[in-house]
Amino acid sequence: MSPVVPENAAGGGETDMSPASGDTEELLSVRDLVVGFATGREYVDAVRGVSFQIGRGQVVAIVGESGSGKSVTARSLVGLAGDGAGVRAEELAFDGLDLRQVRGRRWRALRGRRIGFVLQDALGSLDPLRRVGAEVAEPLREHRIVPAGETGAEVVRLLGSAGVPLPESRARQYSHEMSGGLRQRALIASALAARPDLLIADEPTTALDATVQRQVLRLLRDRADNGTAILLISHDLGVVAEIADHVYVMKDGRFVENGPARMVLRTPSHPYTRILVAAALGQGRGPARGGDAAPAGPDPDPGRVVLRADGLVKRYRLPGRGAFTAVDEVSVEVRAGETLGIVGESGSGKTTVGRLLLGLVAPDAGRVEVNGRLWNELRGPERRTARRRVQMIYQHPLASFDPRYTARQLLEEPLRAERVPGAERARRVAELLEHVGLGDEVLRRRARELSGGQRQRLAIARALAPRPDVIICDEPVSALDASIQAQVLDVLADVQERLGVAYVFISHDLGVIRRISHEVVVMKDGRVVESGDIRKVFEAPEHQYTKALLDAVPRLHGAGPAGAQAILNPR
Amino acid sequence: MAKSFWPGAVVLTLLAVLALFPSLFTGTDPDAADLNATLQPPSGAHWLGTDQNGRDLYARIVHGAGPSLLIGAGAVGLALVAGVLVGVAAAQLGRTVDQVLSRSLDVILSVPGLLLVFLVVAVLGPGGGPASVGLAVVSLPGFARVARAEVIRLRGAHYVEAAHGFGWSRAQVVLRHILPNALGPVMVLATVTLGAMIVAGSSLSFVGLGPQPPTAEWGAMLADSQEFLAVAWWPAAFPGAAITVAVLAVTVVGGHLQRRIERGRT
Amino acid sequence: MAGVLKAPAAEAVAAGPPRRRTGPARLVLVRVAASAAVLWGAVTATFCLLQVMPGGTADVLLARSAVTPEVRDRIIAEYRLDDPLAAQYLAYLGRIARGEFGDSYVLRRPVWDAIGSQLPHTLLLVLATLLVTLVASVLLAVVSAHRRRWVRSSFSAAESLVVALPPFWLGLLLLTVFSFNLHWFPAIGSSSLSGLVLPTAALAAGPVAVMTGVLRDGLLRALEEPFVVTARSRGIGELALRLRHVLRHALLPATTLLGWIAGSLIGGAVIIEIVFSRQGIGRMVLFAVENKDMPVVIAIVLLTAAVFVLVNIAVDILVWMIDPRTREAGS
Repeated sequence: MSPVVPENAAGGGETDMSPASGDTEELLSVRDLVVGFATGREYVDAVRGVSFQIGRGQVVAIVGESGSGKSVTARSLVGLAGDGAGVRAEELAFDGLDLRQVRGRRWRALRGRRIGFVLQDALGSLDPLRRVGAEVAEPLREHRIVPAGETGAEVVRLLGSAGVPLPESRARQYSHEMSGGLRQRALIASALAARPDLLIADEPTTALDATVQRQVLRLLRDRADNGTAILLISHDLGVVAEIADHVYVMKDGRFVENGPARMVLRTPSHPYTRILVAAALGQGRGPARGGDAAPAGPDPDPGRVVLRADGLVKRYRLPGRGAFTAVDEVSVEVRAGETLGIVGESGSGKTTVGRLLLGLVAPDAGRVEVNGRLWNELRGPERRTARRRVQMIYQHPLASFDPRYTARQLLEEPLRAERVPGAERARRVAELLEHVGLGDEVLRRRARELSGGQRQRLAIARALAPRPDVIICDEPVSALDASIQAQVLDVLADVQERLGVAYVFISHDLGVIRRISHEVVVMKDGRVVESGDIRKVFEAPEHQYTKALLDAVPRLHGAGPAGAQAILNPR
Repeated sequence: MAKSFWPGAVVLTLLAVLALFPSLFTGTDPDAADLNATLQPPSGAHWLGTDQNGRDLYARIVHGAGPSLLIGAGAVGLALVAGVLVGVAAAQLGRTVDQVLSRSLDVILSVPGLLLVFLVVAVLGPGGGPASVGLAVVSLPGFARVARAEVIRLRGAHYVEAAHGFGWSRAQVVLRHILPNALGPVMVLATVTLGAMIVAGSSLSFVGLGPQPPTAEWGAMLADSQEFLAVAWWPAAFPGAAITVAVLAVTVVGGHLQRRIERGRT
Repeated sequence: MAGVLKAPAAEAVAAGPPRRRTGPARLVLVRVAASAAVLWGAVTATFCLLQVMPGGTADVLLARSAVTPEVRDRIIAEYRLDDPLAAQYLAYLGRIARGEFGDSYVLRRPVWDAIGSQLPHTLLLVLATLLVTLVASVLLAVVSAHRRRWVRSSFSAAESLVVALPPFWLGLLLLTVFSFNLHWFPAIGSSSLSGLVLPTAALAAGPVAVMTGVLRDGLLRALEEPFVVTARSRGIGELALRLRHVLRHALLPATTLLGWIAGSLIGGAVIIEIVFSRQGIGRMVLFAVENKDMPVVIAIVLLTAAVFVLVNIAVDILVWMIDPRTREAGS
């Protein structure tokens, strides 16, 4: 019977710090860790018996989707699993210290000093009311690492070595004044300030653009090569593959697979791992897209251009500092039954292009043609009819549903707008559900009662209701877990084959873009830097930026040439 | 708090019935003075005792419900209608109208509430109606701001954007999506404001600016009781308790409404 | 690889070089200008009010008090009532700007005199109440921001009850219990310190309840933020966590609320002064309202508006000091 360690136990009573039994070569050794939470009267185990070790200079990764228990595992190691968490283990040893026996004050001596912790979501993880320098200095002061007079210089040194440019002036800034990449570096600098032996990084690159993500990962690998042990927590096998030595795949509180990164990636044995690997590699289902593959669908005139934009320009005024050109001379063409991918990092203007195509935003220059008619020539009822031809799917479907409506009302609304009679409406709704693979039991429910995948299916079904020519999809799978992502992409491809609808697919994720698009447009700073057939662009990128983007995709170094190949050469 | 919703709703309904049909609850004339029975403590004949003129306090509280609650309810009703109109106008009629209206609201907000009511009552003269109007002026900016913010927020909401995509006309989108969804926060504000307005209304009556004697009104009854506080506690205790219960019921129901709407949003 | 899309404009700003901050001097300047505009609006509103009130402006100002024709002529000259409306308006603005509120013909003395003699009593009550509110609510919030659910919910139930109590009734209850029955405090009068206790308690109860709730919510919400986990992961103690990180976050909404409370207390004090028969502007303003003594009413309304506006400038500066995010240029 292993002792239950109540979280945040009051008092700092002296406890026996008996050295843990086990492999002394490992810095951290965890055997049969179970973490449970009391929710109301129930007691739910979030972590159900996991075991792993980390040695000095090693990067060990735990990969899993949201709710798999990976973050709880990480937090248990520093005694921060949360209110009402019960932590049990056969062994929980850190450098000869039995963590199960650690209480109050002892934890504080460990945290920051021996074990550093970097959280996901950099914006919320630094105190927004304090200067970044003060945040980095906190562990220095708390553990008296350097004399008080040298704290300032040490902070600057730490920021500098974490790759923050101009560390002196950055230290005087507040977190909201920095970009996501810099905030994440500052957070890493703060976690490393007291020179801990173990660094736990929980989703350290989520919400960062691919190029920045790469730099942050390199920084972590660097620390490991200098002897720090690193526990990396991520939902993205691609991120992990970049730097990890050993990978544990977690699902529903258990490890379903583990091994050296190379092996897990090359020969995944568990079906769940295979889904993650496929998502990381961007491997699509079914036949290749692009090239001379014929566009799908029953459109009578397959090559027909349904949406065309010429020389679009959109500027926004900035407070006090002139204008900012969000979209600059962008031209695109979308053909019936085809998918046009628009790829770029945040701020590249890809979302604005989507809104211009929808006619939600008027361009400062250029024109958008829907089925041969110009948006800006259409007025009143004509414009309203034309609007039905172009539909939209959002990243967060919940925000695109009126919160008062049930799924049935949501699906019926576009049909009512077209005055489809009642009996016909019911038939169309059933048809829409069938297209996206939802059962009619969802009809009575409200969107917030549905799962993320179900919500996005519902959004697809609703977008199909007016029988549009084009659907603009703005990061439709970015908020979803990898396995659900795959399903939603399948639904989109399926619908396209059946109905011949065209997509404009906007995403920052090259893997997803490759999987769904026939043609691709690469955007940077509001401009199109490269466009063309998906194969051509991904196999032989011409523009420097495209090459850099493809290069920044976390490479599955363990997966060998086959893995890298899969990204670059769609089969 | 969720458990207290039903008691709150029952009390609120009861108060509404009391205010509308006081005669159902007592046959006694609230204004009938009996100088032989002044300041009688609670008894079988006078459940809650009598006041300094020998009037039955229970009858006066029952008959006072209407005038007492009407000041607050009237103020909220007026402020809600006028505020929503102002707010929607500010949101929809362009920058100039928005600026003019918003700055005017700032002027109203720059004067502490009760003093603004004093100004209105100084112009219109004391009475239940002027008190209501004064309180409505004070609470109008709140409604206008919430309505304006809601309309602006909803105009940019993705589901409103999507509705435009189905080919509805502008007016249809406003009626189907914007107004119904904006109404929730406005109603929450109405219940929150109602509690504060009932207290403020009774305060005005207490200082003699509300309904004039001999009208039974809870605040005015408390003013009468003050002189005899050293000898009789009941004329002060019961009307005050009535106000407190009414405000509590409103608060509980309002809080419930608020939580329901917030839950619907996330 | 889930990526959160940001609005292009916002991203361009976020990625930009270290940004220009609004200095405190600039902030004060902007706020003072805005406040001056608001006060000008308030003065203009009172001018319009005098115009639309039934009867001539001179009669309105006289409020039916009997005066000699000479005095009447003096009013007409003073307010330039025979001049065109525009000139009248400018004269009115000028007088108010110079702080000339004229004479009260009901009280038969200059308005400033009347207010000046009463204002200190009211200010004393308001300041005492503010102080009690601040101290009591911070203490109660810290005590009630407890892990145990029942502690929090009993506090918030008590707060709802206190907010529902009409302050003047609470005053009457306090008088009944502590003055007439226990004889601890005097029932009337404003001279002694012990005479200040019950009025302050009656006036502060509501604000304390509201403020405690807001502060506690702020504390609990701040304790849920990711930066709290980060701070704990650095090994800092719970007290340091609360003092260095959490309390500042909780103070933000409370500061704004305090400004609003300060304004509402001026109105609340009027009622409480009546309950406790205290000296102060309360009795004076009521008498003026009942007698339609417009010079006094207008002077008090404009004066409290000016005080309220100043308080709000102070609040803005406080928020500026607490929250760096409000220091952006152009916001």
